[in-house]
Amino acid sequence: MIPGVLRETVARDGERVVYVERERLLEAMTWLKQTPGQDYDYLVDVTAVEFRDRERPLEVVYFLRSLTRKADLRVKVELDAAGELAVDSVWGLWHGADWLEREVFDMFGITFRGHPDLRRILMWETYAEGFPLRKDFPLRGRFSRAEQVRQALNANPEAHYSLDELSIADAWGDLPDDMRERLKRGERGVVPE
Amino acid sequence: MKRVIESKEVAGQSPNYLLAKFQDLVDWAVNSSRANSLWPMPFGTACCAIEFMATAASRYDFARFGMERQAFSPRQADVLICAGRLPFKLAPVIRRIFDQMPQPKWVISMGACASTGGIFDNYAMVQGIDTIVPVDVYVPGCPPRPEGLLYGVLLLHKKIKGESLFDAERRRDEHPLDERGLRLSPAEIDEVSEPFGNSVHQFRSS
Repeated sequence: MIPGVLRETVARDGERVVYVERERLLEAMTWLKQTPGQDYDYLVDVTAVEFRDRERPLEVVYFLRSLTRKADLRVKVELDAAGELAVDSVWGLWHGADWLEREVFDMFGITFRGHPDLRRILMWETYAEGFPLRKDFPLRGRFSRAEQVRQALNANPEAHYSLDELSIADAWGDLPDDMRERLKRGERGVVPE
Repeated sequence: MKRVIESKEVAGQSPNYLLAKFQDLVDWAVNSSRANSLWPMPFGTACCAIEFMATAASRYDFARFGMERQAFSPRQADVLICAGRLPFKLAPVIRRIFDQMPQPKWVISMGACASTGGIFDNYAMVQGIDTIVPVDVYVPGCPPRPEGLLYGVLLLHKKIKGESLFDAERRRDEHPLDERGLRLSPAEIDEVSEPFGNSVHQFRSS
C-alpha cells in the first residue's frame, strides 16, 4: 500500500493514477522507488496541470516507470490554488527531477522544497511578468510590447554563471578526472579545489 | 567627399556633369560588387531554417547569386537572414550579432514569424524582428519556398544597386539603439505589435 494515498483512478489510456497527500509525497515516492516489487527507478517526467474550472485544485503530475518491471505509474499531488503552491522536491530520489521541477516552477510558480537550484529555466531569470502557464496569465504577457522589447534588448546575452553559482561546484569532488581538467581550463574562472 | 555631396545638393543649380557621371560610375562599381557577393549570416531558429538550407543546397543553390560563402561569423557577413521565429530571449542575441556585422549590412526577415510574429502572438515571441533590427526585405510565407527566398535576395540586389555613396538619403548609415535601448519608439513598437488575423478576439488583460 502506497503511503499517503488518497484515491486511485485509471486514466483513459489505461494507466494507473494515484493521488497522494501533499505532505506525504516524499514518503510515497521513496516507498515506490525502494520497495521490492515496486521498483519505480525511473522518473519520466514532472509536470503540472491547472484546470479551466478554477474550483479544481492544481495538480503536480509525476510519471514513474519501472525499467525492470516494465510498469508505469502516475502520481498526482493536488494543490489548492488559494493556498501555498509548494511540494517537496523529489530531487533526492531522482536527480533527473532537477530541470523538470525547474520547468514546473518556471511555468506554474510551484516551488519545490529542497530543490538544490530552483530558478527559471525556459524564461530568462529577470523575467518579471509571472508564470506563463497559469490560467490567470494573459496570453500576450502582462507588460506592453514596447516594455517587453525594452527589457529583452537590455538583457545581457553573455551573462553566465560562475561555478560557484552552479551546483556543479558542490559536486566537484565527485567529477571524473578528465571533466575536472576540462573545467579547469575553461573560461568560467577559478574553480574551488 | 563632403564637398561632393554639397555639389549635388545645392538647390536650383545643376551638378557638374562630369562629376555626376564619375559618381554614378563609382556607385555602379561599388554596388555591383556588393550585390553580387553577398555573404549571408544565417540566423535560423525554426522551420524556415530548413527551407533556408534547401535554398543553400544544390537544387536551388543561392551561390548562383553570389552568396557563395555562408558566413557563420557575423564579422565576415553582409546580410543577416533571420529564418524563423524570434523569442524575446534571443532578441539581445540577434541585436548583438547585427551590431558585430561590419557596414554595409542588410537584413532579410524570412517567413511570417520573423516578419510579424506569425501565429505566435504570445508572451514569449518578438512581434516582428523590425522592432529589434532594421529589416530590408521581408519574405512572406510559412515557411517561404526556396524560390521565395531567392526572390527576396534578388529584391535585395535591386535595393543595393539603388544605393549611393554620395547621396546622403541613399547612403547606409549605422543607427545604434537609443538611450532607452530601443530601436523604435515605444508607440511604434506597440503599433506594429498589434494583433491581426484570427487573434483579434484575444484581449490583453490589464
